[in-house]
Amino acid sequence: MIKEYIENWSGEVNTLVIGATPEEGGSRRFSVKIGGERTLPFLFKEALLPFKPVIAYEIWDIEPIDWATALSKYYGDVWGNTLEWADKLIREYKAELLCLKLAGAHPEIGKDLDEIVKLLEGLLKKVDIPLIIIGCGDVQRDNFILPLCSQILKNERCLIGEVNQDNYKTLTAAVLADGHSIIAQSPIDINIAKQLNILISDMGLPLERIVINPTVGALGYGLEYTYSIMERLRLAALNNDRVVASPFICFVGQESWRVKEATTPEKEFSRWGSEWRRGYLWELITAGALLQAGANILVMRHPKAIEKIKEYIDKLYEFKIN
Amino acid sequence: MALSGLEIYKLLPKTNCRECGFSTCLAFAMQLAKKAVALDKCPFLTEESKKILEELNLPAIKLITIGKNDQRVQIGNENVLFRHEERFYNPPGIGIIINDDLAQTEVLNIIRKIKDLEFERIGQRLKIELLAIRNRSSEENFLKTIDLVVHNTSFALVLMCEEPRRVKKVLELYKDLRPLIYRITPDNFLQFSQLLKGDNVPVVVWSEDLEGISYLTQQLNRNQINELVLEVSNKSPAFALWQLTQIRRLSLKKKERSLGYPVLVLIENQDKDLSLLFTVSYIAKYAGIILLDTFSPEDIFGILTLRQNIYTDPQKPLQIEPKLYSIGSVNTYSPVLVTTNFSLTYYTVLGEVEASRVPSYILSVNTEGMSVLTAWAAEKFTPESIIEAIEKSELKKFVNHNRIIIPGYVAMMSGDLQEKSGWQVIVGPREAAGIPRFLRDL
Repeated sequence: MIKEYIENWSGEVNTLVIGATPEEGGSRRFSVKIGGERTLPFLFKEALLPFKPVIAYEIWDIEPIDWATALSKYYGDVWGNTLEWADKLIREYKAELLCLKLAGAHPEIGKDLDEIVKLLEGLLKKVDIPLIIIGCGDVQRDNFILPLCSQILKNERCLIGEVNQDNYKTLTAAVLADGHSIIAQSPIDINIAKQLNILISDMGLPLERIVINPTVGALGYGLEYTYSIMERLRLAALNNDRVVASPFICFVGQESWRVKEATTPEKEFSRWGSEWRRGYLWELITAGALLQAGANILVMRHPKAIEKIKEYIDKLYEFKIN
Repeated sequence: MALSGLEIYKLLPKTNCRECGFSTCLAFAMQLAKKAVALDKCPFLTEESKKILEELNLPAIKLITIGKNDQRVQIGNENVLFRHEERFYNPPGIGIIINDDLAQTEVLNIIRKIKDLEFERIGQRLKIELLAIRNRSSEENFLKTIDLVVHNTSFALVLMCEEPRRVKKVLELYKDLRPLIYRITPDNFLQFSQLLKGDNVPVVVWSEDLEGISYLTQQLNRNQINELVLEVSNKSPAFALWQLTQIRRLSLKKKERSLGYPVLVLIENQDKDLSLLFTVSYIAKYAGIILLDTFSPEDIFGILTLRQNIYTDPQKPLQIEPKLYSIGSVNTYSPVLVTTNFSLTYYTVLGEVEASRVPSYILSVNTEGMSVLTAWAAEKFTPESIIEAIEKSELKKFVNHNRIIIPGYVAMMSGDLQEKSGWQVIVGPREAAGIPRFLRDL
């Protein structure tokens, strides 16, 4: 007799909600739930996996710099206007979650604070799906701008980031006050991820309101490091280490479209095949592999890749029995 | 699980006779536990102990070899469920299916395209290993197609035919190539177990559930058919992941011998992109062979790159020899770019330097295989380690200028490095992609 080998995991991943509906004090049409896993990815026969991984469309507050033609084909006509861009993603591509990167806030671009405030206010009115807000990556500027964003979006239960080990206090305080959750970024390092979660929760923000960004390497560019760090963190969570039981957010689009394999024209490397399919697949495979390591939110760019990865997740969830 | 030295010691004669070359039986046992010495060095082992030790020494997942010589594929012999626990050893063989109802010219055309599926990444050659010929028409066509493939390629073969007599006939011709036979099912296993007895060729075994697979492998073992590969069906991908996980867990953690074989998944007749995503999940989770019905270069390139990633040894990042490399026809005026000896970093920089068409030197510093920022944080990529590389490579003998270019990400060390080394330090771009323009504008 073959008896199935069932692991009795003692812990579970925290459940986190993005977006608040009018009944909850916000203005979103629905909210998105992630986390809650009690076993490893897609092992439905072992234990509960209550919520599907979700995909967030990445959009910018300015016309994106250096985005591939493979992407401009789909929304290049609107990406000069963030609100129209968001609107198109929701109407045409059925986006259920948006990740707005405030790239224009970077000192090198120096977008006005007023403009950013106006944009966010406009977005709140125009768009009624849950939001993720990401800073420009410049610590000083982000510390100034993100708390302001947090305030404007008060009670909308957004996910805002990012903070790291050296810079977490300002944003943590803001997010705590305004009812949002936070993205804690660590450089492919399990100890720093854990340490940062402790630091943030020591300031009073519950662990249940933290999402870990483990830092993603694209396919062929360190994917395996991210993969194993995520597996280790997830195993720790399932073994009841509450401090690291956070869902993961993975910036798949930004990383996979950066690499040479995603965009180099076929005429330069004929063996690699068409760059249109290659770029799309590079993002798709990176996303697919990270799902196997436990990704909860994938931030992506190519509409067809997003559509396909959703179909794949649905296909896996057909098997869900509990 | 492997036995400890002490557990092995209990099974030894404990006479300390030194015949094995070790001064005590315990010392010998310790070496046995490390698999550093062969069991037969002990001439006084009882038959019973020998049997136990041999049995326990077997890998939990049998190593299966398909094909001959240079082209052979080895799968199985895995020790862990998660790569960080140790590493994954034998990458899944990737195979492409060719149907025997195709015209000869079409088969040749496919073969030609498949031969082009070779890619180079970070100094490694990536390629598929297997061709699977599927019998969908007559015996004659099957034989013809196999003949065509054998004469035009050297890939290891999978022969797909569930009709035992036909398989036997094919084996009479091609047994020496050690093809993988696909497949034994509950319907044909009686015939197959008679016919394949003594052939010692690897063969795929399929049944709906693990119970059925386990029953078949035990029956086949009784007929000395031991070179097995199990098949898990891709009908429901989540169920396939469950079965793959169960087979890996049961063979490693419960020493379930009847499931201790590598696993094959056949992916076909589906949406092409979903098929690719299923392939991704099976590479991550325990497949030993994946057969595909696509040969488009983009798909295979992506799949092979993922396989390379997942099967990299996590304890030992891929690294290159730290030294001075000359790219193109360099002279004494050529620029010198400093980087780490992490393969991924080096080959990324190399690719861009080549693309720039500016003959250059790349000075690869020994950072123990760490990337630029990681090495900087770990103090392996420092003014001191760079100076050491400059001196060791005798850089002064190769160039008659005194400029070195460092990665933009470590701009913070430029002053310190300049002062300590006496070389003029130029800060290069942060990303390798910026190198061609940077070199041309230099």
